[in-house]
Amino acid sequence: MELSITLDSYNFSEEQIRELDKIIDSCTTRSKLIPILEEVQQLLGFIPVAVQEMISERTGIPENDIYGVVSFYSYFTMEPRARHRIQVCAGTACYVKGGKEIGEFIEKKFHIKPGESTEDGRFTYEQARCFGTCGLAPVMVVDGKVYGKVKIQDIDKILEQYK
Amino acid sequence: MIYLIVKDLAMLEDIKIKTLKKSQLSEDDKRVRVTVHMGTCGIASGAKDVFDTFKGLVRESKARDVKLDTTGCMGICSREPLVTVEVVNQEPIIYEYIDAGKAAEIFDTHIKDGTVVSKYAFARGRECDMEKRLKNNGRIEGQEVIDDSIDGIEEIPYFSRQKQIVMRNRGVIDPFKIDDYIARDGYRAAYRALREMDRGDIIKTVSESGLRGRGGAGFPTGLKWKFASKADSKDKYIICNADEGDPGAYMDRSVLESDPHSVIEGMIVAGKAIGATRGYIYCRAEYPLAVEVLNRAISQARRYGLLGKDIFGSGFDFDIEVYEGAGAFVCGEETALIRSIEGGRGNPRLKVPYPAEKGLFKEPTIIDNVETLANIAPIILNGSEWFASIGTEKSKGTKVFSITGDIVNVGCVEVPIGTSVRTVIEEMAMCPENGKNIKAVQLGGPSGGCLPLEYLDTPLDYEPLKELGTIMGSGGMIAIDEDKSAVDIARFFVKFCSDESCGKCLPCREGTRQMVNILDKICSGNGTKEDIDILEDLAHVVKETALCGLGKTASNPVLSTLKYFRDEYEQIVE
Repeated sequence: MELSITLDSYNFSEEQIRELDKIIDSCTTRSKLIPILEEVQQLLGFIPVAVQEMISERTGIPENDIYGVVSFYSYFTMEPRARHRIQVCAGTACYVKGGKEIGEFIEKKFHIKPGESTEDGRFTYEQARCFGTCGLAPVMVVDGKVYGKVKIQDIDKILEQYK
Repeated sequence: MIYLIVKDLAMLEDIKIKTLKKSQLSEDDKRVRVTVHMGTCGIASGAKDVFDTFKGLVRESKARDVKLDTTGCMGICSREPLVTVEVVNQEPIIYEYIDAGKAAEIFDTHIKDGTVVSKYAFARGRECDMEKRLKNNGRIEGQEVIDDSIDGIEEIPYFSRQKQIVMRNRGVIDPFKIDDYIARDGYRAAYRALREMDRGDIIKTVSESGLRGRGGAGFPTGLKWKFASKADSKDKYIICNADEGDPGAYMDRSVLESDPHSVIEGMIVAGKAIGATRGYIYCRAEYPLAVEVLNRAISQARRYGLLGKDIFGSGFDFDIEVYEGAGAFVCGEETALIRSIEGGRGNPRLKVPYPAEKGLFKEPTIIDNVETLANIAPIILNGSEWFASIGTEKSKGTKVFSITGDIVNVGCVEVPIGTSVRTVIEEMAMCPENGKNIKAVQLGGPSGGCLPLEYLDTPLDYEPLKELGTIMGSGGMIAIDEDKSAVDIARFFVKFCSDESCGKCLPCREGTRQMVNILDKICSGNGTKEDIDILEDLAHVVKETALCGLGKTASNPVLSTLKYFRDEYEQIVE
C-alpha cells in the first residue's frame, strides 16, 4: 500500500473537507471512533490512510488502532468504490436458492472478483452477508435497492438502469 | 407539539383508550382501513409502490372514509407484498403478492363496491385474533363473513400452529407510533417493575418463568441478571445484542422492525433489575430499517418520559442508545461486541471474568438477545407461572424461527418450545417445494448442524437438539432438498466462519482455513479417504481448542454432515 499519499492528492471537495472536520470534532471519546468512521465512510466513500492519519492527529487515538479498526470491519474500505455498488447476498438461503450462480454471472460478465471494481468505474462488486430478506432469496442489492427472487436472465436488465 | 410526560397507569390507560377510539372504524366516519405491511421484505417486494398507489387512489377519489395504515413485517415473507383490507363490521381480508395494478383493482372492487377480490386473497381475519377465532369456530363477534371460500387464518397451519408472545404485535401496530404500542398494553410492565416491584422481585419473576437466553446458548436469563445485580458498581450496562449475523436468520430484524418498543421496555425492566442506568442496542448496519425504527422509537419514548430521568416518578433513570455495527460476524460474541462498542477491533477475550462482572468499560454488563428482551414485558405482566406453562420441562416459552430454503412458506414463526421440526417444516412451511424431498434441516446457522430426515420428529428444544449434534441456535432454520450436496453446505458454512474469523486464536484462524482447503479438495473431486479422516480430526481439534463461540462451533456443520452424510463425502472421493 502507498502510505505516502497525502490528503491533497485525493480530489475531495472543500465541502467534503469541511464536513470531515465537523465529523472528526464530534469524536470526543474512544467509543465514538466506529460511529465517526461510519460517517466518514459515508461522506467520502472510503477511508484512505491519509484520512486515518488526520483523525489520529486530531483525536489522539493512535494511528495503528484506527488502521486496525478500519481493516477489521467489512463496512469500511480504504479504496474508492465505483459509481454503483452491487452486493450479491452470499447468505445461506440465497446460496441454497442460486445466489452462487448470480455471483458467477457477474464475475464472468465484468471480469471482476468480489471486492473489485470495473475498470470504467461503473460497478463495485461485493459479496454480502445476509440482508435478512431470505423470503426473497436469491437477493441482489444495487446501491441499497433490494432485488429479490433474481433470475440470471434478469440481471442485465436490472444493471442497465445503473449507468 | 407539546408532549406530556407519562407518569402513571391512568395516563397509559388514557393514551390506550384514545388510540383505540381513533383507530376504530365506523359507518359515518372512517369506514375502511387499508393496511400495507412494510417490513424490509415487503418493501423490497414493492410494498412502497403499493402504498403510494393506495394513497394516490384515496386522494384522487376523495375517499374520506378510507384510512391508510402501515405496519411492520407480518411474518410470511414469501407472500409479500401483503395488504389487509378491513371494512367496518366485516371480517378483514389479507391479500398476497400485491402490486400497483392489483391494488387498483382491490380499491375499485373491494373498497368501493364491497366485493372481495378472492383471486388475490390469502386469508380471512387477523393473526392477533387467532385465539378468539380458534375458540369460536373461526368467527369474531360483530364481523360479518363476506366470502367463506377464502381460508380463515385459523385454518392455515402456518399461523394456527404459532403462539405469539415475542411477536404479539406484529402486523397490528405501526412501529413508528408509540401510541399503538401503548394501546396494546405497552409500558405497563415497565410501570409495574419500576413502581411496584423491587430488584429482587423482578429477578425472582424472570428466574421462575424459566426464560433462557434466545441468542443460542440458552443460559437462564434470571440467573444472569442475578449475577449482575450482585456486582458492586455505580455504573452498570444493559446491552441488547441485535447483531444478528447468522446468514439465513432474521428473527431479530423482524421483531425490531415491527415492534421496537417491546425490546426497549424489556431493557428498562432489565435495567431496574440489575441497577443499570444506561443501555445500548448493538444493531447490524445491514439492517438500516431496523436502525431507523429503533431511533424513532427511542426518541418517542424519551418524549413521553419513558426513557430518561425519573421514569414514572420512580426515581429510576435509564436511557438507551443505538450502536451500529460495522460488519463483523464475530461481534455477535459478547466480549467481541463489548470491544466493538468501546471502539476497538471486535476480538473476543477469554470469558473469565464474565461480562456480568466486568463488561463494557470494565463495568458489570448484561447482554441479552432481542428475542429474550421482547419476552420480558409479557412475563412481568402475566406472571412467571403463565410463561412456565408454555414449552417443555426444561425450556419454557416460545422460540422464533426464521424458516427458509426449499420450502413454500418462508418467514418468521413463533412456536412453543418442544414443537417438532416436522411440524414446522412439513405442516407450516409446507415442505417439500416442487415435489422434491428434503434431505436435511440445517439449524443454528454456521454454528449449528444438520438434522437428517429421519430425525424430523425431534422437539425444538436446547438439549434434544444438542444431543443430535446440532443446536437450537438463534433460530435460523433452513430446509435443504435432495438435489443439494451436504458436503457443499458444510463447505459453505466453514468458508463463512473462516472469512469471519477475527484471527486472534490459532485454532480458529488456521483450523477453519485448512478445513476449507480440505473441503475444496474434496468437492473438486481430488480428495482421498484420508482427507475425510484428517478433516474430522481437525474439526475436533478446532472445536476443543478455539477461544470463543465462533471457533468452538465452526466445526459443527462439518461434524454433523460427517455424522449423517458420510456416504456423500465418500462418494465424492471415490
